[in-house]
Amino acid sequence: MSDLPLIQADRAVPPPATTTSTGGRRRRLRLLSRTDRVVITLMVLVPLLLVTGFVWLPAAATVLLSGTNWDGIGPLDEIEFVGARNYSDVVNIYPPFVPAVQHNLLWLAALFVVATPFGMFLAVLLDKELRGSRFYQTALYLPVVLSLALIGFVWQLLYSRDQGLINAVFGTSIDWYGDSNVNIWAVMVASGWRHVGYIMLLYLAGLKGVDPSLREAAAVDGASESRAFFRVVFPVMRPINIIVLVVTVIESLRAFDLVWVVNKGRNGLELISALVTQNVVGEASRIGFGSALATIMLVVSLVFITIYLATVMRENRE
Amino acid sequence: MSRPQSQAEYLARLVPPSVAGINRRSLLAGAAGTGALLGTGLLAGCGDDSGSGGSSKDVSLGSNQSDPKPKDVLVKVTDGFKTSSGVQVAVNTVDHNTFQENINNYLQGKPDDVFTWFAGYRMRFFAQKGLASDISDVWGKLSGYSDAFKKASTGDDGKQYFVPATYYPWAVFYRKSVWQQYGYQVPKTITEFTDLGARMKKDGLIPIAFADKDGWPAMGTFDILNLRINGYQFHIDLMAGKEAWTSDKVKKVFDTWAGLLPLHQPDSLGRTWQEAAQSLQQKKSGMYLLGLFVGQQFSNEEQSDLDFFTFPEIDPAIGAKALDAPIDGYMMARKPKNEDNARKLLEYFGGKDAADITVKNDPATLVANTSADVSGYTALQKKAAELVGSATEIAQFLDRDTRPDFASTVIIPALQQFIKNPKDIGGLTSSIENQKKSIFTD
Repeated sequence: MSDLPLIQADRAVPPPATTTSTGGRRRRLRLLSRTDRVVITLMVLVPLLLVTGFVWLPAAATVLLSGTNWDGIGPLDEIEFVGARNYSDVVNIYPPFVPAVQHNLLWLAALFVVATPFGMFLAVLLDKELRGSRFYQTALYLPVVLSLALIGFVWQLLYSRDQGLINAVFGTSIDWYGDSNVNIWAVMVASGWRHVGYIMLLYLAGLKGVDPSLREAAAVDGASESRAFFRVVFPVMRPINIIVLVVTVIESLRAFDLVWVVNKGRNGLELISALVTQNVVGEASRIGFGSALATIMLVVSLVFITIYLATVMRENRE
Repeated sequence: MSRPQSQAEYLARLVPPSVAGINRRSLLAGAAGTGALLGTGLLAGCGDDSGSGGSSKDVSLGSNQSDPKPKDVLVKVTDGFKTSSGVQVAVNTVDHNTFQENINNYLQGKPDDVFTWFAGYRMRFFAQKGLASDISDVWGKLSGYSDAFKKASTGDDGKQYFVPATYYPWAVFYRKSVWQQYGYQVPKTITEFTDLGARMKKDGLIPIAFADKDGWPAMGTFDILNLRINGYQFHIDLMAGKEAWTSDKVKKVFDTWAGLLPLHQPDSLGRTWQEAAQSLQQKKSGMYLLGLFVGQQFSNEEQSDLDFFTFPEIDPAIGAKALDAPIDGYMMARKPKNEDNARKLLEYFGGKDAADITVKNDPATLVANTSADVSGYTALQKKAAELVGSATEIAQFLDRDTRPDFASTVIIPALQQFIKNPKDIGGLTSSIENQKKSIFTD
């Protein structure tokens, strides 16, 4: 999971190689041996089939099902189409929907404004080779190794109103997970705890890759440390910045595990992903209605994916 | 450190040293292995047992009894069946919640011949959809069941589809020692009940322990208030989508509940029922409306200190005789591979022998068959059996009495919303009604 953006970025590399050389394509093909051609065909075909079968077809099916009121029981030919009713129901009479959208946006904002910059800040600090930086690095990265579901359990021990550590230590009786005004923040702290470590590591790895001579040059020119970072190091790190940005967006869109463990995404912890799961998975089987929610989520994700791809492609063209 | 020449090289450097030791392929292989393990585990649990399913000496049973105690009891019961009939039962046990959540796929795929399930709307729904078999002939051979249980096992077409095995009532539980200490009396009417709550508050107790983090415990409160205020038939019709949630009758339920909320433990939405039960166990709360399973949070020595009363009367014309008592039992799949053995097994499950084995081995539940030897019951079990025996009508609990999608995606958020803001009853009920109309379409 944590190396997902790396793989994506890896995949983003090969296409320009094939697309930029359209001019000499015929000659190039003839130069290839038969084995080469078979290998190339297979290498294109197999991923294509996998992506179509496991990504595009299910996505298309979801969009299709969102126009039905299927309950998951009975043969497919009994499915009844209801047009856009599911969508109008989602928007008009489904109370958790609006909070869910708000919470997703809040999640994105909190990760983007607080957790991500803090993780980058820690990376810069650790890059200074402080004493025991290995220890800090490990300590901060540790939460990333834990699954979000596990993190939900761990924080439950701190947050529980009657038996939790926080209320016991401070003598308060705040209902951290139950009060709908508080719980989204409590959960975001738990989620940020993990996100900070993740960003820290990504960024630290990036910082290690920055040519030290750049910094030396900046120092020789009399730039202060912070100025050198913002004017020299930060722009050089552009690719990693984009990765960090994308990771943040992905993390906030797929935020799910934590709220699911806490209270199945209800009562102040509504997220679109949790609503989709509540409706589709399990005994409820409101497949049509849940698919409508999933389609909305797909559209939102597509916006971010398009922005990302556009940026990456422009970069490659330059 | 030199500058990377390409983006790929650059990215390759990002792999932390702690991960670099493991290359991606071995990681993937590991993931695939785990996936395969999980997959086969689930399949083995849910699917049919084709290796042993073919022989006429076998029958398969899909079980949701995944907790050690009930699982052990089931093994003893199936052993009893093997001794009496010579037929081997292959039990496929699946985690309780997983079983419930996958039930649609399970029944439409290749289910076991016999499977564990609950009485109620969902049972009738499967019967109507043809996902379960008519077992009226088995009922012809069963004895020892009250009419209430037979009614609870009957589908919409008047045939039986379900064999009840065990049940437990919902009631108001309390600790005898606490009540003796303060001299409390069991309330008979809602006025006495609220007066008692006020006294408990004065004595420094939380009158009613309450928790609704998981969403379902508050359904118990709604059920009992609706049963007391509007009666059983209205409750069942409301659950079946035939009555309007915007009616004054439903509003009165919420009004009454709003009046009782100050007596309930505050901040209930962050609390699990276990924590609420512990507040009763620690003598911080005076009473708790829950199922008989509340006893799980009490030690063995404390069991005898636990007592209960049924929720008091609100409307004298309705009385206080109806209650929630969810029934667990068995059903037969639509096309069982060994139909004869499946029917035999169901007959055994419904018979006295199976009930006797259950009584001997499980103190946390009550057996549905009245001909069973119940001398092994604890005092609490005896009282619970009497309570249910005297009930005029038995409801199954909200999420078993209505469509599961309605219960989980509409009622749970709505009740939590009500607990948060008990004032806007009009807005709440019309929101429920709008969603109900969209869900109950056929």
